[in-house]
Amino acid sequence: MCQVEEDYNGLECKQEKIPVPTLDRKCVKCKEGTAALIIRVSDAFCRSCFKEYFIHKFRAMLGKNRVIFPQEKVLLAVSGGAASCSMLSQVIEGLSRDAPKKLRFLPGIIYIDDGGACGRSQEERQRSVDQLKSIFTHTGFPYFIVPLEQVFVLPSSVLVPVTPDPDPSSPSYKHAVDQYIREHKLAEEDEPSAAARLRVEDSYPPEHKLALESLFSSLNTLTAKEDMLHTLRQHLILHVARENGFSKVMMGESCSRLAVKLLSNIALGRGAALASDTGFSDPRFGDVGIVRPMRDYSSKEIAAYCRMFDVPSVFIPGLETRTPDKASVQRLTEAFITNLQAEFPSTVSTIYRTSEKLHTVKPSESEHSEPASRCLLCVCALDTCVDKASAFHATLLSEQLSQIKLQDVSHDALRCAETQDASHDALRCTETQCCGTGGCSSNRVPAHQDLKTLLCYSCRLTIKDMGSVATLPAYITAEAERRRKRSLMKKEISEYLLEDAD
Amino acid sequence: MAAPLGLHLEFGGGAELLFDGVKNHHVALPGQSDPWDMKQLLAWIRGNMLKERPELFMQGDTVRPGILVLINDADWELMGELEYQLQDQDNVVFISTLHGG
Repeated sequence: MCQVEEDYNGLECKQEKIPVPTLDRKCVKCKEGTAALIIRVSDAFCRSCFKEYFIHKFRAMLGKNRVIFPQEKVLLAVSGGAASCSMLSQVIEGLSRDAPKKLRFLPGIIYIDDGGACGRSQEERQRSVDQLKSIFTHTGFPYFIVPLEQVFVLPSSVLVPVTPDPDPSSPSYKHAVDQYIREHKLAEEDEPSAAARLRVEDSYPPEHKLALESLFSSLNTLTAKEDMLHTLRQHLILHVARENGFSKVMMGESCSRLAVKLLSNIALGRGAALASDTGFSDPRFGDVGIVRPMRDYSSKEIAAYCRMFDVPSVFIPGLETRTPDKASVQRLTEAFITNLQAEFPSTVSTIYRTSEKLHTVKPSESEHSEPASRCLLCVCALDTCVDKASAFHATLLSEQLSQIKLQDVSHDALRCAETQDASHDALRCTETQCCGTGGCSSNRVPAHQDLKTLLCYSCRLTIKDMGSVATLPAYITAEAERRRKRSLMKKEISEYLLEDAD
Repeated sequence: MAAPLGLHLEFGGGAELLFDGVKNHHVALPGQSDPWDMKQLLAWIRGNMLKERPELFMQGDTVRPGILVLINDADWELMGELEYQLQDQDNVVFISTLHGG
């Protein structure tokens, strides 16, 4: 794999200072073919070298990271766009290779039809689904086409983080490969007939369609809508992956996309989760790992590859389609980065290199972290258990103080705000408010405040933007209620529990 | 005096939405005194073909950043971008690489 790096570093060194646009530039790699595409500042590649480079990069990415084991079931999340469809084409390419270079995992495809959240008509959605079906059928992989409306039948177990069992039998990649080769020699004929297990879940009752519409219309800003759509989509993909025994999910995010995500997530208050939101592998769900093998490609490379080598893709309008630049934080960031990129071609790569260096600081008690310490929506470690002298607490306090005047319960709430415990302030605060009056009935409608304590800073902002949390799918509210009761019970029995040794 | 040109224009990645959802267009550019270049073609597209929201396709007199332009399957940055002089039967492709088109 180091050979790869050397190759491309070598190319970068040869960059000319000023790119001179000429009609007959030669490819920088083979020096023979006529250049067809400028990849970096002055690196022009010919068609065949570009194809080779593109294919190699995908394999290098998987080879370098070594997270996908032989015979592992991998779910490819395909949205129909160029990036995820070229990822699909690379997987097909990799699986069709001869023995030593062959990719050895077992792929499946998932498409989440979010047309219901984006206001698309039934006919339009059906047309997109039909187009995708013909692409998917052609691959021979098992596929799942899941309408977003399915979130209303998700079980609340989706939100319970599963810690990966520290299985001592499969610790290293090398071990797994060796084992695979051994087993494969024994049972060559044991090829699973992947195509035999086609399953399509494309029906949903009309009330779910309405519920989804009211959920999205209760969100006031496009920023929050995009965030919510992303969260729900993740949950659905996770559920399908778990139900069907997939232990990895591949997302087709390009480096241009990730650069936008990095900056917009900072703006959205997701700084604490940046490493897992944008890194190559995202371990937040424990048993199902998310990997982003396309994160080395720019969107230009991807679009050019799809066009030049006829990779089928389906354009499906989404929430952001035909919106002005300032419609949402994500959209504005995208416009900012692409405009900057046009003038300064190393913008995206600089941001991208930064994202590579990010790591999550593991909280000290992470070994036995309980479900309650994870965000209910994004399943990231909660970033709200921070020191009292922090921006988070300052924001929280000022919010509480500003609400006091409105509700005119100044003394109680103020005292509550003042006597906060450094770590569990928000939790206690709500409990004194709702349980102090003896209201612990089981069928309560969840309030904003109840949910908030279970969310990370950024998800709180999204929920704050909602008109009514009653429109949230049942699996979220059920899990919220379960966690709330659990923490209540824990508090009640806390005096009978033995303190931890330290 | 340049002769009239026949061009094949293609829009993709969501850019087609601004052109009535039609991806492929065969257009005939009228003859004019100077030869047609990309800059004039873009102005012509804006005047004659763009159905809505020109700001989502154009920025100033060039295409909006994030839209990839290929002339005869080659990057237009290699062809001189706006200065490229169009030939009869050229194939010009516009692909939006922006999220949501």
